[in-house]
Amino acid sequence: MYGYTGKILHIDVTTRKTWVQEVGPEFLKKYIGGVGLATRLVYDNTPKGCDPLGPDNALCFACSAFAGTTMPVGTKHGVASKSPLTGFIGDSLSGSHFAEMLRRAGWDGIVIKGQSPDWVVIFIDDDEVQFFDASPYMGMTTMETQRAIREKLGDENVRVSAIGPAGERLVRIASIDNDGRQVGRTGNGAVMGSKRIKAIAIRGSHPITVADPEGLMRETLKLIKASRGPGTAKYRTLGTPANVLNMNKMGVLPTRNFRETVFEHADLVSGEYMREHYVIKDVGCAGCTIGCEKWVAVKEGKYKGAIIGLDYEPLFALGPNCGIGELPPIIKLVQLCDELGIDAMSAGVIVSWAMECYERGILTKEDFDGLEPHFGNDEAAVELIRKIAYREGIGDLLAEGTKRAAAKVGKGSDHFAMQVKGLEMPGYDVRSLKTFAIGLAVCARGPCHNRALSYELDIKGVVDRFVWEPGRAPLIIQKEDFAAILDCLVLCKFIRNCFENFYEDVARIYTMATGIPMTAEELRMVGTRVVNLKKAFNIREGWTKADDWLPARLFEDPIPEGPSKGAVLNPDEVRQGIEEYYLARGWTKDGLIPKSTLIELGLEDIAEEIGVEAEPVANPSSKEA
Amino acid sequence: MAEKGYEFVVCDPDKCIGCRICEYTCSMTKTGTFDPSLSRIRVVRIEPVTMLAVTCRLCADAPCVLACPRDALSRSEENGIILVDGDKCDGCGWCIEACDFGAIVLNPATKVVEICDLCQDEEGGPRCVEYCPTEALSVTTPEVLRQQIRREVVQRLFEELVEES
Repeated sequence: MYGYTGKILHIDVTTRKTWVQEVGPEFLKKYIGGVGLATRLVYDNTPKGCDPLGPDNALCFACSAFAGTTMPVGTKHGVASKSPLTGFIGDSLSGSHFAEMLRRAGWDGIVIKGQSPDWVVIFIDDDEVQFFDASPYMGMTTMETQRAIREKLGDENVRVSAIGPAGERLVRIASIDNDGRQVGRTGNGAVMGSKRIKAIAIRGSHPITVADPEGLMRETLKLIKASRGPGTAKYRTLGTPANVLNMNKMGVLPTRNFRETVFEHADLVSGEYMREHYVIKDVGCAGCTIGCEKWVAVKEGKYKGAIIGLDYEPLFALGPNCGIGELPPIIKLVQLCDELGIDAMSAGVIVSWAMECYERGILTKEDFDGLEPHFGNDEAAVELIRKIAYREGIGDLLAEGTKRAAAKVGKGSDHFAMQVKGLEMPGYDVRSLKTFAIGLAVCARGPCHNRALSYELDIKGVVDRFVWEPGRAPLIIQKEDFAAILDCLVLCKFIRNCFENFYEDVARIYTMATGIPMTAEELRMVGTRVVNLKKAFNIREGWTKADDWLPARLFEDPIPEGPSKGAVLNPDEVRQGIEEYYLARGWTKDGLIPKSTLIELGLEDIAEEIGVEAEPVANPSSKEA
Repeated sequence: MAEKGYEFVVCDPDKCIGCRICEYTCSMTKTGTFDPSLSRIRVVRIEPVTMLAVTCRLCADAPCVLACPRDALSRSEENGIILVDGDKCDGCGWCIEACDFGAIVLNPATKVVEICDLCQDEEGGPRCVEYCPTEALSVTTPEVLRQQIRREVVQRLFEELVEES
């Protein structure tokens, strides 16, 4: 086999037994890799209704046929399981040398089930799987764990995916870290912790062979050059924090728990200011040609010594969204999240919810063990992050995520719990991004800009962002399917504007890597298939239409000031938009998937399990999708 | 030629983002597969921000050549690259130990060591340089290198002077 190995490694940590699943080109072509393959493995290896933090949940890793090749930004891996935060599909991606090692160890994916009696480190050394006692590493931060394990094994080439103290304590927003990059969202770190796996180390010694080396080298060189052009200029110069001023200017920068959308200190936390005063190095993931990751360091003041790779999403969440208007505390906060092993996006939105509870008197100084976490109190935020990661005091409640915390606290605090399906919102206020609002509501893994991608429509002015107009569903679907195919390949989203004809070009390069024939149309179909597969998983796990709904604040509190002043979501419009989306997908108006739609997508076995008989209402616009 | 010195591949640590595409490219060029363990250029990443690609420096008085007990290594007079005589080399690894840069790799299949040869068989010079996305890698000679360094230091000095005055 070229590109792929055709082998999935299954590990049962209860019995410490392993077995190998052989998969053929037909199967691989259907899901390609990354999120698609990992989601299929989750679907096949978890019993319906399983406890996300129980032994039956399957923690699945998958790379793709481009891992470890010169395909720019193609060396990434996806991780998926049933999310302990949402109860639905929890898929997440990371840029990584881990993916290359996974492939070179001879695997397209790993499926881990069970629960170890004691904490373990799994060491996958090509086809040999060893289990070490993890006790020397317990309590270590994510990076410390990786370093210590490499030291123990005496080989710098070993790549390690590790959880921090938060994952050990089953914090529902726990992340998995490798080389300072995170499988961040939806709590896969908690799933790993529930299996009592502190780390997965991997070493591969096999060469990667491709079907057409000359063709691949030629095409990837072209792409490497293209990826240094205008399509990536923003990511190369300022990195994603370039968004701060752009979002602020449009009045969509979530500020003080999405209460406002313009931040008075935006200049001081902008990508521009960061570049000038804090950036010490541009860093790339494995096989990355862009280097969007800006490492920033604090050289003086009370946060002196803080250092981290800073992206827009953690920055918005722990900065403006918590009312914090200086970079040093934000750098410190993100570093804490990464080292203790929690998703900085969710963490920021949880802390901002807690701050609003405090300001409204719903939670008091006593509840916070003497802290006074008003908006902008960076020292309280630092302490809260620590408490969440260690489940100390109120941290134990916050570690459950905003949805569960608000349900427990009550007193109307769910009104401003900024989550969908239990996952905290990303850094765009959708009250004035009417198209993206629908994209976020229906997203299978919970609200995710990177899965929905439809913010592009509103922000780039493809549509009027202040009004919802019928007929946009096919555009939303186009973006979502495009995002899904990138997540399978796995290609970093930041190269998306560097292709002449994306589907044609990538299908051709895929065939050069794998020898598996692929057309542009087939490739497009994979994206559609994987979006449906994720939705099918959710349906199997009890999804209903009510789960595709946005936080109450966005419907009830008009934006108070700035360029988006007065904007608010209209529930009838959103309901119509969601319904239009369902129908354009070939689903029923209640969002269930007809058997016929699943069969068309080649998901016959799933059609049997969750497909409904009802025919979708004919919708002429669906063809364009 | 001798005055100007031989060409070799250098890496600018400020530009290197640690992507390791040079390793993928080198191994593909030399082995027809992606196999960084056989790459003759390797990236050192010391988390979080230290990264640099390292390969053969074509040392003038090459310790690897001196260390070889079987006279399998020699330095080409034409272009300075370290030539490996595959018949004489039996993979003992003395040269690996002698090299200050960890630039020599032992191919476990052939049991012969391999060293950067600046892609003698390729048109257009070293392919790692061609594929390096950030232009961190370049081909240079000691003379050009010191010209560059001198220019940079003088520029910096004068910028500081201008700022101070």
